[in-house]
Amino acid sequence: MRVTLPFKAAAAPIAIEGEGEARPERVPRSSPWRLMLREFYESPVAVGALAVLVVLILAAVFAPWLTPQNPYDLRSIDLLDALLPPGETSMDGMVFHLGTDGQGRDMLSAMVYGLRVSIGVGVISCLIALVVGISVGLAAAFFGGWVETLLMRLVDLQLSMPSILVALMLVAILGQGVDKVVLALVIVQWAYFARTLRGSAMVERNKEYVEAAIGLDVGRLRVMFTHMLPNALPPLIVVASVQLASAIALEATLSFLGLGVPVTEPSLGMLIANGFQYLLSGRYWISVYPGLLLLVLIASLNLVGDQLRDVINPRNRR
Amino acid sequence: MTAEPVLTVDNLQTHFFTRAGVLKALNGVSFSVEAGRILGMVGESGSGKSVTGFSILGLIDPPGRIVGGSVRLKGQELVGLPWAELRRIRGAKIAMIFQDPMMTLNPVLTIGTQMAEAIQSHEPVSRETALARARDALGLVGIPSPEERLAAYPHQFSGGMRQRVAIATAFLNHPDLIIADEPTTALDVTIQGQILYETQRLCRERGTAMIWISHDLSVVAGLADEICVMYAGCIVERGSVDAVIDDPRHPYTRGLIASVPSRNRRHQRLAQIPGMIPSLLELPPGCPFRNRCELADGACAEPPFETREGGRAWRCIHPVSLRARAIA
Amino acid sequence: MARDLLKDFHQTAISAEGPPMTEVILRRFLQAILVVFAMSLFVFVGIYGIGNPVDLLVPEDMGPAARAEIISHLGLDRPLYIQYLTFLGNVLQGDFGNSFVYNTPALQLIMSRLPATLELAVAAMIISTIFAVPLGLWAGLRPKSISGRSIMVGSILGFSLPTFWVGLILILVFSIWLGWLPSSGRATGTVFGIETSFGSWQGIQHLLLPAFNLALFKLALIIRLVRAGVIEAMQMDYVRYAFAKGVSDRRVMLVHVLKNIMIPVVTVIGLELGTVIAFAVVTETIFAWPGTGKLIIDSIYQLDRPVIVAYLMIIVALFVFINFTVDMIYLILDPRARARMVGTA
Repeated sequence: MRVTLPFKAAAAPIAIEGEGEARPERVPRSSPWRLMLREFYESPVAVGALAVLVVLILAAVFAPWLTPQNPYDLRSIDLLDALLPPGETSMDGMVFHLGTDGQGRDMLSAMVYGLRVSIGVGVISCLIALVVGISVGLAAAFFGGWVETLLMRLVDLQLSMPSILVALMLVAILGQGVDKVVLALVIVQWAYFARTLRGSAMVERNKEYVEAAIGLDVGRLRVMFTHMLPNALPPLIVVASVQLASAIALEATLSFLGLGVPVTEPSLGMLIANGFQYLLSGRYWISVYPGLLLLVLIASLNLVGDQLRDVINPRNRR
Repeated sequence: MTAEPVLTVDNLQTHFFTRAGVLKALNGVSFSVEAGRILGMVGESGSGKSVTGFSILGLIDPPGRIVGGSVRLKGQELVGLPWAELRRIRGAKIAMIFQDPMMTLNPVLTIGTQMAEAIQSHEPVSRETALARARDALGLVGIPSPEERLAAYPHQFSGGMRQRVAIATAFLNHPDLIIADEPTTALDVTIQGQILYETQRLCRERGTAMIWISHDLSVVAGLADEICVMYAGCIVERGSVDAVIDDPRHPYTRGLIASVPSRNRRHQRLAQIPGMIPSLLELPPGCPFRNRCELADGACAEPPFETREGGRAWRCIHPVSLRARAIA
Repeated sequence: MARDLLKDFHQTAISAEGPPMTEVILRRFLQAILVVFAMSLFVFVGIYGIGNPVDLLVPEDMGPAARAEIISHLGLDRPLYIQYLTFLGNVLQGDFGNSFVYNTPALQLIMSRLPATLELAVAAMIISTIFAVPLGLWAGLRPKSISGRSIMVGSILGFSLPTFWVGLILILVFSIWLGWLPSSGRATGTVFGIETSFGSWQGIQHLLLPAFNLALFKLALIIRLVRAGVIEAMQMDYVRYAFAKGVSDRRVMLVHVLKNIMIPVVTVIGLELGTVIAFAVVTETIFAWPGTGKLIIDSIYQLDRPVIVAYLMIIVALFVFINFTVDMIYLILDPRARARMVGTA
């Protein structure tokens, strides 16, 4: 008997549907979070950055107990100690490991306190922006239709403007102060979170169970909070780490320009600006050391964020 | 069987060294193709068909690597050849047609540029000469007004037309062998028929050998002279199309044939092969098909050897027809 | 954003012909106009709605009578929407009022400073492109090699370096310690009747440090963009197919890969030009570069409101114009873009 197999006949593919030929990198998954953690630890650079970050945050939190001097306490500062290079000793025998500034403040102490202001402003603005962004993103995903279009256009508009321009505009309009800076940072950042959340929500929304739930009009809110939000969390964490870095950098920039936090509570940017006038006469330490600290802070945040992104989205890694 | 084969593949092994372990995509593949003949290579996704094609051309990306065996083109050993020398063979002596015509043509280069570079990479000819040859080749595969089409971009072509461009490109340098990796899978059935016809005709006219990779047994049966059935990185059965289709020896081949719908068996339930292809990461010793095979017994835990008979071969210790005959 | 652009770019395979080019251009143009209007409303509301316009527009050291006269003269006692229309009308005529400090039209003031800023921004973009594309290409081709990884870690450092601090370090090293380059100011020479820094060796010397400073941030961005594009393109079937045709490695890289990634890269470089102009504020302040950025910071210090408003509006308009131009270039470069742009518009 001959089985005729005319090739124009509707063919029944024997293949089990799959993405082409044998592709490697299919690993049996345990808990996704644990797996992420494990992959994160695979990069020594990222782990190092995380360690540095933890140390910096601890130093900022416990600044009063760690620093040899309270740089805001005028009684402990002696103008006669001004502009001492690193390693010099004060009149009363205290060693300035990183030198002193124009007022005779110990640079090391000033830097740790500055770190406190920088991290504080960055974290607070980032958290507020996160809440605003999540709300907008969820609202867009929840209402859909013209609300979504409008909100997302607003996000696009916001994202198309360079952050420094928006921040300058706000500071020019509102004036200066810590609250104004935080507000400016929130306005610069919220759109990133909104877009990220809505991106994940869109992916979720197209899944059948969500469509079904929405179609039935039961528990739309519940679907959003039990499915969309948790799924959006990993990308939001990545964005938050990168945004925190850029918020700190932007605050430092504004402070450097004299438009940021007030002189009474100098952030790292302000310290660098204060040192600018002494730089030209070769007293480098007042600007250079706070700058290095700022660099280490931002770089470790970015390195951690970068590794997190690779872990969460393996597409970028290969 | 008298002609010297154009391509001889012997015990080819390609492994992928992944984080999860060594993925043995090819486990000793052997076959040969003669000039002007078409070899059909069938199997499920993941059985190693495409890897075979890319291994022949030396285009396996890391973490993949050819770990053993030989590929000889008219006597010349290709395995272990330096990249620069392989480059001179690719596209000139062995051409390849890819699966998805939507993805294989570079979206920002004109068709003319992409065809001309195939010639200019191997021959010191002017761009004009190359374009003229490209134009003729396009005419040959039935593309209307080829002159204008040379200046067009891939997105201005339909899928079928793009695949014709790929076929025309493959024949440009009069290669000894063309490897076609499921070139019609993404196309409509009518277009598929036309493309199959054109390719077959060109191969016969020019004496080009061809390896036609497909998961569709009916296509291969209608097109090819020889057939190789792949399963889990091995060729489990090979021989002339007539012999293999009419009288399959390997239970897997028999299962494949039975699962193709046919007019003769309209109201019967289609036969299925139960289960799935095993993971190539932890391939157990012995016959890889044994957990899906109804004829399997304890003896199948030993690695199966290849039995040759006439012009055909199979890799099974309980070949189907022999047993049937013995019972009769 | 850059990465999205690339993804979008690779995933599309639209075979349909788009609508006529003119329609697409018109649509984009209208969108651009709309953005400018939105921003004018934003600036207006910011100054007239949130802040006190009298404080903003009237110098503080004026008597109450003069104040009242100015208020009625400026129409600040009229309803808000009429005020907006007046504001808009004036802006359209290029009238932003006079600078309190220089007592010259604000627009004129900004226009006189704009060439210096544009020159700096363009120089910065050129520097970063020249360095970034080869580095990105290398890192993309060998993502796992030590050199590839080093480029990536280096680019993160570049990303993280606070621009203003790098400026200080550059001055410290090249001006104070080595004494090679001047630390501040701008010098010009005349080429083809245009006064520019490129016109004299001295001008170029003055330009080098600030331009490099401004380039650094974008350098890291472009390296990452190019690298991501190369990695993505190298996995595309068309690259494998090109290899299967026997095309040489060099041609695959320089024609198949580079041409594909150049479209998003050129787009991003164009878009970033706007950002660079905005970020020039910092660099200009450090290097005392007489551009618009220095002007705006001085104006904010001195509460020179008309100049602030004029600066914001002009920079936004410039920014939108650049985006529009880049969109158009994208349309021309990518044979498939037309259909898609209309799809998303």
